[in-house]
Amino acid sequence: MGNVVLVTGAARQLGGRFVRRIQRDPDVDRVIGVDAVPPEHHLGGAEFLKADIRHPAIARVLAETGVDTVVHMDINGTPLGSRGGRASVKETNVIGTMQLLGACQKSPNVQRVVIKSSTSVYGSAPRDPAVFTENTPPKSLPSGGFAKDTVEVEGYVRGFARRRPDVAVCVLRFANVLGPCADSPLAEYFSLPVLPTVLGYDPRLQFVHEDDAIEVLRIAAAAPRRGTLNSGTFNIAGDGVLLLSQTSRRLGRPTLPLFLPTVTWAGTALRSIGITDFSPEQIRMLTHGRVVETTQMRETLGFHPQYTTAETFAEFARSRGSGLLPPESLARTVDRLAGVLSARGGPTQ
Amino acid sequence: MADAKVIPFGEEPRARRKARRVGRGTALAPVPEARTVPEPAAPPQPTAGRTLDERIAGGLNFLRRRITGDYEVDDFGYDKELTDQVLMSLLRPIYEKYFRVEVKGLENIPSEGGALVVANHSGTLPLDGLMLQVAVHDNHPAERHLRLLAADLVFVLPVINELARKAGHTLACAEDAQRLLERGEIVGVMPEGFKGIGKPFADRYKLQRFGRGGFVSTALKAGVPIVPCSIVGAEEIYPMIGNAKTLARVLGLPYFPVTPTFPWLGPLGAVPLPTKWTIQFGEPIPTDGFPPEAADDPMLMFNLTDQVRETIQHTLYKLLVQRRSVFF
Repeated sequence: MGNVVLVTGAARQLGGRFVRRIQRDPDVDRVIGVDAVPPEHHLGGAEFLKADIRHPAIARVLAETGVDTVVHMDINGTPLGSRGGRASVKETNVIGTMQLLGACQKSPNVQRVVIKSSTSVYGSAPRDPAVFTENTPPKSLPSGGFAKDTVEVEGYVRGFARRRPDVAVCVLRFANVLGPCADSPLAEYFSLPVLPTVLGYDPRLQFVHEDDAIEVLRIAAAAPRRGTLNSGTFNIAGDGVLLLSQTSRRLGRPTLPLFLPTVTWAGTALRSIGITDFSPEQIRMLTHGRVVETTQMRETLGFHPQYTTAETFAEFARSRGSGLLPPESLARTVDRLAGVLSARGGPTQ
Repeated sequence: MADAKVIPFGEEPRARRKARRVGRGTALAPVPEARTVPEPAAPPQPTAGRTLDERIAGGLNFLRRRITGDYEVDDFGYDKELTDQVLMSLLRPIYEKYFRVEVKGLENIPSEGGALVVANHSGTLPLDGLMLQVAVHDNHPAERHLRLLAADLVFVLPVINELARKAGHTLACAEDAQRLLERGEIVGVMPEGFKGIGKPFADRYKLQRFGRGGFVSTALKAGVPIVPCSIVGAEEIYPMIGNAKTLARVLGLPYFPVTPTFPWLGPLGAVPLPTKWTIQFGEPIPTDGFPPEAADDPMLMFNLTDQVRETIQHTLYKLLVQRRSVFF
């Protein structure tokens, strides 16, 4: 019997890429992509089923196709395209996960469930320890938005894992995923000509490259390799840390420091007229930052990311083109200044 | 009156310090050349005897790395380059000229591996922590960096939290302390916390309760020695004669100091008194002889906490007896 993999959220960039990747996997016989809207990108010959995971019909899909591996990637912070607002996103995240897990629980074939979660379950608060491990309890639970969704989703996943101990459940908590074709709110933020920041705060950020995200999902969805264990909860992040000030300098985009109340207020105003999807918890993340430990990812899951945080960001910066103050030209200016000074300083010696 | 006396430091650091000062003096002699250099481009370099050109080149290199974001920070946000080149240079005049800090017993901080420096806390504003950091940074032969554990209030305040993280401080919690100690860092902690720093002037040099002694179990788990440290001089920089409790509660602060000068003279009242400081590091207390489950033994924890506390208190009394005057 071969593997039949069901991937939710296949209409999104990352979901689409993952479907195409495992379609090429020799161990996988059949890949079924599921989403509520048809994808704009091709799925590399994988089947696509237009189904809404919020409806019980998903149980029939699971039963009819004999799925044994479910990769749940339809947990997102923003709506896809113009598909409704925050309410429908929350419903897809929470109700969708409930329905999907309910379907998995009833299906005798399912052996493995992989959940794409996020490090936002830890929240962002000044009173938190500097580095989160998988079992650090958050000091302040996220009060709303995507972060709260992920907390609730993980709660349902824990319940499912208790009720079906025979199913291998793997929760991957991703740091911010960036890459050449990332379409996350953070990628949008870094594409602004001037980056608004919170005055007096310089958050620490971690990134994961898209390629690494695909790879680790593949490891989690396959049978565990020798000496590794791929069920449990794992933080996924590239090595190292970048400060927001560093990212803006490396991008060559100047920052605009604003007072925290101004930022919160402006964020709410822009969101209510629908210009941006920038949520309060993202503002909190860009205020206090978040760093997770990845020892479990290396030692237990056996995954070693190809890109560090800095390399991921460099790759992303290259794909976005130069900003107003490209670092290369700043460096050239300094070099020229150094040249002038040494030419003037030379004769006096 | 502050610059009247030059107090000698320990032998080796003094020689190093002198060499640097001489080097700085000769290097800065041709002043007109230096004018074209932008302000942050010429941070004081730690090596002695560099020519002006080298210094300018070094400064421009630093500037170039900074404006292109080409530098590293660790997981805690510690920016070593910024700390070495800028933050320490800003604090050094206060350390050398204003408080004229005298450091003793620096050999008690190991040259490699982790250690937990436990110090008394005083002075209304945590200047003692910063001076302790400069003391270790400038004088330790192995150029070790002290990573301070700071109160959560530090990380709530804008600007302060940013600078604290970049200077290598982190939140005073067991997770962070243990992570740093296991990485082999020197961690500095002031277990008295707000009780120590915000105590009235009448209680000066009386050690307050050492929290719940969590620092001992952290050191024990990491198996690193505890280095007791006594700081004399910080108590008198802001003699706190009163505490506006209501105002403090309104502002969300643990205390609101009233000193003979502070709210009355406005910002001028916030200038600390130029006291003469002594920082003494005591004999390290080893913790690696205990079994791993010892960290869960409350009696042992209390005993060790008391031992550290007594050591610091006795050293404080000894230093106070030796002190000629508060200001000299």
